[in-house]
Amino acid sequence: MDTLANTGPLVAVKGVTQSYDKGASGQLLVLDNVDLTLRPAEIVGLLGRSGSGKSTLLRVIAGLIRPTGGSVTFQGQPVAGPCSGVAVVFQSFALFPWLTVLENVELGLEAQGVLSAERRKRALAAIDLIGLDGYENAYPKELSGGMRQRVGLARALVVHPKLLLMDEPFSALDVLTAETLRTDLLDLWCEGRMPIEAILMVTHNIEEAVLMCDRILIFGSNPGHVIGEIRVELPQPRNRLDPAFRALVEDIYARMTTKTGTVVPAKDGLFPGTGIAMVLPRVSTNELAGLIETVAAKPYEGKADLPPLAANLRLDIDDLFPVAETLQLLRFAELEGGDLRLTAAGKRFAESEVDERKRLFAQQLATYVPLAAHIRRILDERPSHKAPARRFRDELEDYMSEDYAASTVRAITSLARYAEYFAYDDEADLFTLENPS
Amino acid sequence: MFLSKDRSGQSAVAALTSTRLLPNGYDFVAFALLIATIALVLRGSGDMGASLDTLAGAPVSLDIGNLPEYALRTTLRMFAAIIASLVFTFIVATLAAKSRRAELVIIPALDILQSVPVLGFLTFTVTFFMGLFPGSQLGAEFASIFAIFTSQAWNMAFSFYQSLRTVPNDLDEVSRGYGLSAWQRFWRLDAPFAAPGLIWNTMMSMSGGWFFVVASEAITVGNTTVQLPGIGSYLAMAIDQKNFVAVAWAVGAMALLIVLYDQLLFRPIVAWAEKFRFEQTASQDKPRSWVYDIMLRTRLMKRLTAPFGWVWDRLMLVRFDGGSTQALSTSAGRSSRIVDRLWLVVVLAVTAWGAWTAFDYMRETLSWADAREAFGGGLVTLLRVVILIAVASVIWVPIGVWIGLRPAVAERVQPLAQFLAAFPANVLFPFAVVAIVATGASPNIWLSPLMVLGTQWYILFNVIAGASAFPTDLKEAASVYQIRSWTWWRRVILPGIFPYYVTGAITASGGSWNASIVAEVASWGNTKLEAYGLGAYIAKATDAGDFRRVVLGIAVMSLFVTLFNRTLWRPLYIYAERRLRLD
Repeated sequence: MDTLANTGPLVAVKGVTQSYDKGASGQLLVLDNVDLTLRPAEIVGLLGRSGSGKSTLLRVIAGLIRPTGGSVTFQGQPVAGPCSGVAVVFQSFALFPWLTVLENVELGLEAQGVLSAERRKRALAAIDLIGLDGYENAYPKELSGGMRQRVGLARALVVHPKLLLMDEPFSALDVLTAETLRTDLLDLWCEGRMPIEAILMVTHNIEEAVLMCDRILIFGSNPGHVIGEIRVELPQPRNRLDPAFRALVEDIYARMTTKTGTVVPAKDGLFPGTGIAMVLPRVSTNELAGLIETVAAKPYEGKADLPPLAANLRLDIDDLFPVAETLQLLRFAELEGGDLRLTAAGKRFAESEVDERKRLFAQQLATYVPLAAHIRRILDERPSHKAPARRFRDELEDYMSEDYAASTVRAITSLARYAEYFAYDDEADLFTLENPS
Repeated sequence: MFLSKDRSGQSAVAALTSTRLLPNGYDFVAFALLIATIALVLRGSGDMGASLDTLAGAPVSLDIGNLPEYALRTTLRMFAAIIASLVFTFIVATLAAKSRRAELVIIPALDILQSVPVLGFLTFTVTFFMGLFPGSQLGAEFASIFAIFTSQAWNMAFSFYQSLRTVPNDLDEVSRGYGLSAWQRFWRLDAPFAAPGLIWNTMMSMSGGWFFVVASEAITVGNTTVQLPGIGSYLAMAIDQKNFVAVAWAVGAMALLIVLYDQLLFRPIVAWAEKFRFEQTASQDKPRSWVYDIMLRTRLMKRLTAPFGWVWDRLMLVRFDGGSTQALSTSAGRSSRIVDRLWLVVVLAVTAWGAWTAFDYMRETLSWADAREAFGGGLVTLLRVVILIAVASVIWVPIGVWIGLRPAVAERVQPLAQFLAAFPANVLFPFAVVAIVATGASPNIWLSPLMVLGTQWYILFNVIAGASAFPTDLKEAASVYQIRSWTWWRRVILPGIFPYYVTGAITASGGSWNASIVAEVASWGNTKLEAYGLGAYIAKATDAGDFRRVVLGIAVMSLFVTLFNRTLWRPLYIYAERRLRLD
């Protein structure tokens, strides 16, 4: 064991569990028994949907959150709080708007008590390395998103961390800027010009993970757990059009959309919870209709391969998956092996006019979404045909957190309004059967 | 916009490369301003500690030559109060934001204190501070400063507390992740993030403060009368002697003072604080200040102030918490929850004991009839406040909308409205008294408008701000679909400005309650006019030195204001925030 600790991994995460108190209904599990080791000289990606707890895991490793269970060690020492060998790059850049680029970069050194002359020297070196020369005295609000993230990187590098943690560092940037920044970072990494031993990055972009990482951990949701590990053996620099690259992307898409193969038994769609307690994502009905029409039309003709579909629609998996999964829940489509295939109902929907579409939608809603049917039944039973939404939120809170309950009720409201299955009066927070005529 | 930036950049470069330390033209201006300020502060504060005998030997006189001196003394009191308010804010609001148990006490306390009529305090504070510094002016000075402080501190502390509670999560994680000490975090994250809100509230407090400085300089409690040298005392004496010329001079001096204060202090601060605005895009029109521009362009001054920068820099490296990083965020355990409960019980017990003591104190001489009288007065004053705010709204909302929709007009009127809000309306009361006496009108009705004289401007400038910010596309849509007259008011502009209006009306109504204490009783020489109301009740009790009635009056007024806020303004505010925000 001792020898292992000395020459062993940079980071060792063992059986980490994270849950939040959600009041009377108990605990909300975010991470379930996660293991992870990070060795020197590798870039590891945590790939998963939003809400899969991957960002939480990153914060646990950074020492920003104390895990409910399990252990994290960094260089053999248990992590008890933020430590000096670790630096974090944030999705939102997290720059202080009232500090200049130089002052932002110097911040971490200031915290370490480095004197001002030394601080300036090191900060200028980091600014130079990351390609920010000439912007030292600019304020963040004067910079473009790409330049801001460079400041975030320089701020991380200047403290000479052993481990660099990146939380979706490129997802707030436009496509071109993100690609430039990825390439620049990979160049610095491959040429060994950064004092970093390993990088751990969180992403929901499959291609980004395949492009940058030596190893990818795929996260499943609710609760977050590792569902698979993929080693990327392709040599750097990697080419997105390389067939081996494409095959890998395809494989990951398939893994992320299969129902089976996970520890959880098959249930309605991929949403957590069953029956009326199902947590529903908020999806626009325009997107649902739009996706059905797209898949029904040429060149897909009712069956679409997800990677090219996502590329064509310029959608991230975080945008595409909830829509596709809601279609699956409504039995308008099926997800299988990285494909999205329309059902008979889906095809009929695509061919119908507005009124028929609404009728069809209401029918699927009544049959396959228990919560919608439940609300409708109560409205039918009551002589006034009215029921406060509060009542249903309270009911759901027995099964899920307050936020999820509110969000699920809003999701069902949106679907029901489109289908004219029942109406909702926001002012009074009431579900009703009558629409204003 | 970039011009000034480039120039300051060049001058910095020039200062670095050349060893010569030649002052430039801006240095002379900045230097003159600085020296003048220091001299004035030293002179004014030196006089503060003088004994009461000196004051008796050289009482406040209506000699115009004394007016600059009086203005200086009044200004220093304002300064002292605002500094005290800032220190209070930094300590108390930080405590409330960082400690759950402190929060439990501080926040409700601030909420109540906001509703307590400041002028009612004077009775006790004068007695208290005079006892603290017997025979010295310092006691009366402190009482006056404390009165201003109590009109300023609460909303500043609230604003700071709310900012601290809404510090962005990612910046919080950065400061924890990079191991900033609590001290560093306060100056690097908390204070800068809260700066814009705090500065705005400080300016509002300042506006309100002028009113109280005028009211608190000439204090009569029972047999004790103290007249501190200042514009307020000058004015009180002018009113006493029916000297219209002197009143006019006081009004002029007050106006000049407010303009100077704004130009020399607040404009530069607002221009400097622009960088603390938490927005990721550069805004188009930045606030400008000539004083700030001069400071930026100085050469010698920058070199001379460099040591202060160095000291500040070293202070930032100090770690008061012994080098340990900030604790992890962990959920509260069971044991700490029990301590919370115990703490709550202790707080409630102390509160109950306090209430009982106050009740017991009043019961000694007062009966339920007195309570009924105060309550009846409260109802009358409430009626006045409601009617006056309604009247002021009917007048100023259409005018404010008209002005706000015309940027060229708004640009000129807005500073004027803010100036009028800052101008202490009590200075103008004598004119009203003379008019009422001359026409023989009923004081019960015609003294009332004095209550909103100073506070109505809050409605005006907030409505102007709201109408100016009304989105162009909505205006265009309204005109494309030819929405006109009443429909336009009801569906377009009134909902658009409503959040702004509510903000203004809350300030105006709070100010009116306070003003009732000086407005319901007004005098001119020997002529004394009185209106029936709670304000008059408190004012009379103060004059008579009847502490028990003062306590009763304050308690009833606090109750009225708190209930009024809870039942009317807060729901309206929440509604406006939820439904009618345009961003």
